[in-house]
Amino acid sequence: MADPLICMRGISKNFPGVKALDQVDFKLMPGEVHALMGENGAGKSTLVKVLTGAEAFESGQIFLGGATQPIINHSPQEAQSRGISTVYQEVNLCPNLTVAENLFVGRQPRRLGLIDWREMNRRARAIMDGIGVDIDVSKPLEVYSIAIQQMVAIGRAIDISSQVLVLDEPTSSLNEQEVATLFRLVRRLKDQGMGIIFITHFLEQVYEVCDTITVLRNGRLIGQYAIDSMPRKDLVAAMLGRAFDDLAAIRHSSAEPVDRNEAPVISARQLGVRGQIKPFDLDIYAGQVVGLAGLLGSGRTEVARAVYGADAPDSGRLEVKGDRIGHSPIDAMRAGMAFCPESRKDEGCVQDLSVRENIVLAEQTKRGAFRLMSRAEQEKLARRYVELLQIKTASLDTPIKQLSGGNQQKVILARWLATDPDFLILDEPTRGIDVGTKAEIQKLCVELAGDGLAVLFISSEIDEMLRTCGRIAIMRDRRKVGELSGDGLTSAAIMSQIAGEEPHDD
Amino acid sequence: MSARLDPRPRARPKPRAHPAPGRLGPAAGMWRSLKGRFYGNNFLVLITVVLFVAVYVAGVFIYRDKNFGSLNSFFDMLNSNPGLIVIAAGMTMVLISGGIDISVGAQVAMYCMMFAFFMERRGVGCATMIVVVLLTGLVFGLVQGALVAYFKIQPFIVTLAGMFFARGMTATISPQTIDITNPDFMGLALFKFKFAFGGYTNASGVYQQPFVYLSVVLALAALVLVYAVMTWTKFGRGVYAVGGSEQSARLMGLNVTRTQLFVYTFNGLLTAFGGFLFCLFSTGGAVEKAQGFEMQAIASSVIGGTLLTGGVGNVLGSFVGVLVQTTITKFINFNGTLANGWSSIVLAAIMSFFIILQSVFTYVRGKRR
Repeated sequence: MADPLICMRGISKNFPGVKALDQVDFKLMPGEVHALMGENGAGKSTLVKVLTGAEAFESGQIFLGGATQPIINHSPQEAQSRGISTVYQEVNLCPNLTVAENLFVGRQPRRLGLIDWREMNRRARAIMDGIGVDIDVSKPLEVYSIAIQQMVAIGRAIDISSQVLVLDEPTSSLNEQEVATLFRLVRRLKDQGMGIIFITHFLEQVYEVCDTITVLRNGRLIGQYAIDSMPRKDLVAAMLGRAFDDLAAIRHSSAEPVDRNEAPVISARQLGVRGQIKPFDLDIYAGQVVGLAGLLGSGRTEVARAVYGADAPDSGRLEVKGDRIGHSPIDAMRAGMAFCPESRKDEGCVQDLSVRENIVLAEQTKRGAFRLMSRAEQEKLARRYVELLQIKTASLDTPIKQLSGGNQQKVILARWLATDPDFLILDEPTRGIDVGTKAEIQKLCVELAGDGLAVLFISSEIDEMLRTCGRIAIMRDRRKVGELSGDGLTSAAIMSQIAGEEPHDD
Repeated sequence: MSARLDPRPRARPKPRAHPAPGRLGPAAGMWRSLKGRFYGNNFLVLITVVLFVAVYVAGVFIYRDKNFGSLNSFFDMLNSNPGLIVIAAGMTMVLISGGIDISVGAQVAMYCMMFAFFMERRGVGCATMIVVVLLTGLVFGLVQGALVAYFKIQPFIVTLAGMFFARGMTATISPQTIDITNPDFMGLALFKFKFAFGGYTNASGVYQQPFVYLSVVLALAALVLVYAVMTWTKFGRGVYAVGGSEQSARLMGLNVTRTQLFVYTFNGLLTAFGGFLFCLFSTGGAVEKAQGFEMQAIASSVIGGTLLTGGVGNVLGSFVGVLVQTTITKFINFNGTLANGWSSIVLAAIMSFFIILQSVFTYVRGKRR
């Protein structure tokens, strides 16, 4: 048997007050795509960071390529020089530089001591051709989609060092075709004998592309499994550490509990924003969870933004419980809407503010600047939602940036629930968070609807939508192309509508 | 690809020879590179150039009886601004790196005072003073750079302190206004390159030969140097990378700290050099010299297409920015009936125009993503 590319033994690492890694072993073989699974805070990222030198560790040993001498990487550069590269979830390239420059920053080909742009562009083209991406490498990176940018990052990684590639949540901002392209590339690299460590929250993707799974929980190694010997249910159970049937337990709210005599909470008629979303109709009644399905960029978020007034519609009308309202977020808030945006980091969290301050933000805004909430009031409100949503935080005054992604998402959710809305828009509320929290959020969503809230739920995961939504509107090319509900609401039907083809049975 | 990992860090293997893509004629290649160059930010520079040409041509037309269009008149714009040309180039570099340096005006005053005081009152030689001033600038920049890069202090704060220090130092060296008479220095200041064409005959019938001062040639040389550094060196591209995304630059293996240190140090040197050229033009030292010079440099950069958010900018654009500013002043002066205040007002309008343009540009770019 070949020597492993990487063998980590007994790795331990402490963060203040937490054992981030506790005696973890990890082994990566050549030509293997190895999934690293676990909930948020399980230690996946920490393990990778220890490997790539981004974090120091306290004890344990790392061996490379069957060598007997352990090594320690002190920086990502050192890891890179040993053949280990990482591509992160957020593309860590410079958007203002050209594609070629991004590929060669710090190691540009030179002639007479000066950068040889022609040579650089030529080599960049060869690299991108090599991974099957045909783009103009002399254009700034920012003109390309995130998916292409990620390809460029991978191109850079494999050109620098080509033995171990770490992909840290590479697919969370890609649409399905883009994921497929990425996986083709991953398989190709695997066939060339590279070892690939793949971190993701998408179970389907793990089963699609990986050979081996290592599961971590609370900083401890649970086990390493061949993909065939690990059914999905067992994997989830291993990650959560308990038999897991919560996901299945969420009631399919297919029968829409609607009193059609009452005015819908939200009623959009031919609402459209030029250049963003073609005019659409949408009715959402109290107690309904309505989904928006479609590819990334198909107009899902734009529908939400138009309804909320974040982008002012230039056609059509919007009624809330039968009354027309103005097109601005503050009008929307006063009318009882709440909007949890897609990008937690940019549009949701105020990173440096505490959990308490983040939670009271929307309610305070709604009240206006002259009716300040007292500290006691704020704490009461915040504490209530921290308990209700089981937000894991050291204290109410912890800055939100110190929380894990899932808990940040819950804080944002709490912020809007605190405004006591009638209508809640959730745009990708479960992206990049662990399975357990995902299930909690889905469940919460259904429960809220049970209490009479109307919910608009946007997600890229069809399974999740099927579990949560009673009706799903399908978006394609910035147009609403249909609605599915009741018995017609199946994964196949959604897929074919998204793809724009007639339904067929297979 | 070998499957074994070498446990020791190793040098990157020699790049493979990559096959050349489809052959292109030189014209096609040039067109493509031109298209690439005028993509995005360079579009802003292009607009600046167009604006400058338009204003200038309008001036030539409107003031045709006042020799606005003569080479003399054009050279005047350069002759009175050698310092600003260099300092705007340095400022652009700092802005591209995502920083700012507001100490440059006060530094210029300090360098002028150093020249004036030590040459006139202490009898130090001209050549010695040039070396001393350049070294002072280098150290000044190094200290500011160290505070920014190693201590992670906001560039604005660091250079604000630098500004107070330099202005205070100027008054400490001498609170008086000192005129420079040092013959070597004046020799340099008045050294002209004359041109045999493009002049005009003035009212008294004397032919006015166009000329540029030595300081202008030196300033343009420095400008070209900075442009070359920013375009064709690892350091220069590193400055763009750091300004574009510091975090990414770090993860791509660039030494961000060192890049920042170099940026401010290099800018210190350029400021000292610009101060020297400014002094060649103004030939004296005074506490209040070069007031607001830093703002003029920033204005030139902005008009030249530099984004204050970093990562985007072009040194040559800033030069055109200097020309635009100077042309406006010239316009107002030639008019004769307008108060000097108008040049600032017009400048304000033009800057607003550019800022709006940039924000539209950034918006469109954000949308496309």
